[in-house]
Amino acid sequence: MIRYIRWCAYFCALLLVALLVNIARVQVWESAAYGANPANKRPAIERYAEPRGDILVDGRPVTGSRDSGQLLRYERTYANGPLYAPVTGFSSQTYGASFVERAEDAILSGTDPGLSAFPLWYELARGRPAGGNAATTVRSGMQLAAYAGLAGKRGAVAAVEPATGKILALVSSPSYDPAVLSGTGTGVKKAWTALNADPARPMLNRALRETYPPGSTFKIVTAAAALDAGVVTDVDAPTRTPDPYPLPGTSTLLPNAGTGCEDASMAEAVQWSCNTVMAKIGVQVGLRGMVEAARRFGFNSEGLRVPSWVSRSNFDTDMSQDQLALSSIGQFNTTATPLQMAMVAAAVANGGELTYPYLVERTTQDDGSQVRRGDQRSLGRAMNPATALRLQELMVKVVEDGTGRNAAIPGAVVGGKTGTAQHGVGNAGTPYAWFISWARAEGAPMAKVAVAVVVEDASADRGDISGNGAAAPIARAVMQAALAAR
Amino acid sequence: MTALTAKVAEPAPPPPPGDGAPKRRGVELTLLAGAVLISVLGHLHVGLVTTGHVPGPAARYATGLCVAALLAHLAVRLRAPYADPLLLPIAVLLNGLGLVLIQRLDVTTPGHLTAGDQLLWSALGVVLFVLVVALLGDHRVLQRYAYLSVAVALVLMLIPVFFPAVNGAHIWIRFAGLSFQPGEFAKILLAVFFAAYLAANRTALALTGRRLFWKLRLLPGRVLGPILAIWLLSVGVLVLERDLGTSLLFFGLFVIMLFTATGRIGWIAIGLLLAALGAYAVGTFEPHVHGRVEDWLHPFASIERGEGPGQLAQSLFAFGAGGLLGAGLGHGQSFLIGFAAKSDFILATAGEELGLVGLAAILLLYGLLVARGFRAGLALRDPFGRLLATGLASIVALQVFVIAGGVSGLIPLTGMAMPFLAQGGSSVVTNWIIVALLVRLSDSARRPRPAKEPAE
Repeated sequence: MIRYIRWCAYFCALLLVALLVNIARVQVWESAAYGANPANKRPAIERYAEPRGDILVDGRPVTGSRDSGQLLRYERTYANGPLYAPVTGFSSQTYGASFVERAEDAILSGTDPGLSAFPLWYELARGRPAGGNAATTVRSGMQLAAYAGLAGKRGAVAAVEPATGKILALVSSPSYDPAVLSGTGTGVKKAWTALNADPARPMLNRALRETYPPGSTFKIVTAAAALDAGVVTDVDAPTRTPDPYPLPGTSTLLPNAGTGCEDASMAEAVQWSCNTVMAKIGVQVGLRGMVEAARRFGFNSEGLRVPSWVSRSNFDTDMSQDQLALSSIGQFNTTATPLQMAMVAAAVANGGELTYPYLVERTTQDDGSQVRRGDQRSLGRAMNPATALRLQELMVKVVEDGTGRNAAIPGAVVGGKTGTAQHGVGNAGTPYAWFISWARAEGAPMAKVAVAVVVEDASADRGDISGNGAAAPIARAVMQAALAAR
Repeated sequence: MTALTAKVAEPAPPPPPGDGAPKRRGVELTLLAGAVLISVLGHLHVGLVTTGHVPGPAARYATGLCVAALLAHLAVRLRAPYADPLLLPIAVLLNGLGLVLIQRLDVTTPGHLTAGDQLLWSALGVVLFVLVVALLGDHRVLQRYAYLSVAVALVLMLIPVFFPAVNGAHIWIRFAGLSFQPGEFAKILLAVFFAAYLAANRTALALTGRRLFWKLRLLPGRVLGPILAIWLLSVGVLVLERDLGTSLLFFGLFVIMLFTATGRIGWIAIGLLLAALGAYAVGTFEPHVHGRVEDWLHPFASIERGEGPGQLAQSLFAFGAGGLLGAGLGHGQSFLIGFAAKSDFILATAGEELGLVGLAAILLLYGLLVARGFRAGLALRDPFGRLLATGLASIVALQVFVIAGGVSGLIPLTGMAMPFLAQGGSSVVTNWIIVALLVRLSDSARRPRPAKEPAE
């Protein structure tokens, strides 16, 4: 019997080995696949098990976390949600995250390896560091001024610091409260459906993701291209341009909104926003020169991240002469995001150097110690320094005695450019009112801020005056807020 | 059975331990202290992780565990001094770990606290352990009650038929707010009966019968008949009650004990063949079992159908989430398994929170317990004792394999309790009795033989 008992024991040992091999297979071999199965709730539970780190504006959190007592425990709250929605985006248990919430998710949710002093140890100890914070470059005063200026009208404001590329304000209007998307449940789903069905598209970040025809504000790019290419050497010299200007190769006549553009100089053309002169100059620069200039300002670039991705601003690379003429005054297929046009103004204000715009100043651990700094880097030279100086003078003229007088600020040097962009089939849509500008305190060496404002539903007062009427006051308020800050 | 035939059939017994064979009671006490310490630390850890403070009844819990372990140890020391020193500490450690896991899972089901009940049942189990060790002087006494055992076993198995089904199976009886699974006890009684009957008739079973061809011989119906009838009856009852796990266990027990007694490899072959046929038939035609087999073959099918993960998928997710080192006690999410997380699926919590390392340790503890049972069987000198030890060890081994293999996707899932670990009163009590019997058997096995009286 001894032998048979031994055999039974061996058989049981075999069963034990089978069990051990199988659990090793499940727990080591299949572990990653099971963890990645979308039906496995563990990653989501773990993700929301701890309060999320905060997004800071002026060092103060504009977000918060609320213990919901649910399976996905901590839900996002927002202080002044609609104001900062284009910056923060939303963070939702149901719909994921957007904008800074998404771009800095690893920091905010505590999974970034930089959050722990000894990443490998955390890996072993299974503990997860508390979520870190993301301090933005946004200034609350400017953000508020821009938001109040738009007053619920459809439009957007982007403001950057020319020397550094810091995005000081980023507003899209109408906005929404991202708090309604936090968490789970039917309320969140309803809110999501309603927001997506809203014809005003409140969730669209118009400052980063919507592209508009830039209209006359694009003339700054055309002027820079002309000066850099040597097509115009004397800004005050008459350009011998007829009014109206027949588009090359066609019988179409391009008119001006105002008078006094016939044979005007480039300086006058910028000051009074002459379509004829700038269209002709664009044609003189030629397709290659214009495309190259637009590229240097940041057009036709896919990869801009602030750190949220930014829509591509377009300047066609293959056009006939008449199309080039229209494109040179910001019409035809030329489109730009408000941020892109703020970059144009910033490049002029910064002596021709274009800095990479960024929105996250620094990320920190829970206790405030730094993880990473937002990197200030150059996007290259958009124009020669001399060209930039010349354009600064021209833009100042626009505000002092031109189409942009509504942007003037006592005690400050302000340069600007108005724009009214036609759009829609047969230009039937209400034109977009544009204003791009920069400002420096009198006597200060550097411009403090560059702003781009677009208002979609500007009053049907057609003509460049709408840029001055609808958009310039908003830009002025934002610039004043920037100058008021120390 | 004559002495002559017994000698022929039996290889020489192992050399008896000499006089003054080591008792190892000190070793047992030290191991017990370790087992209690691990359990108490686990208890404290769960409290600290899940509630942030030391659990209220921690001191009482620790004292209770110490007292229970000491009482059991004293019973062994006084009444079975030569017993294997590993059996009791392993039982205490497994039971303690089970309590820790159940306490941890209670946190996720605040409306249904079970750790307290489990503690009571464990205490009762220890009391029964002490009683068995103290009162059962010699295991051979049991041999006399073979037929009483089987009668009681059949009655116990029949009782639940008259009680309402719980979760589709007629295996519980509810009494005074407690539910109880009488079938759990039946397996000990059945093992006693099989051991006694086979010990008495094994020569006839091994050597008589008409030869069919080559070495295969038809067993005499006179000898095989009664045992086959009883086995069929018990399995039949269980099938009636839809307790497929236990019927599988009884089948395995029957085949193993018959093989041990007769040494006929043919029995294994026939057993396996029958089992395969039966499993195929049941798996094909019985919808409940068919579902389990389908679930085993395609654990994620319900996810692909958009119905969310089934219980086995959740269990596999839990094991997978544990990985090598586990999430840490109290840090897992195995409550997602839902129903039966504390009983049938308790191993998934162990896997998730203690990892492959912890789970392997637990399985090795079972392996050690089973091995020590077989060891006692090998060292015993009487056929009844040998068969009983083999049977009891096999019960533990089969249970562990069936349930652990089921929840980890090795074999189709069959509802069964993980010995000592799973929530369930009758299971804990039964397993304590099994360990008590193994202690008793190992004491006989290791006890030095009385020295031959010098001729005077």
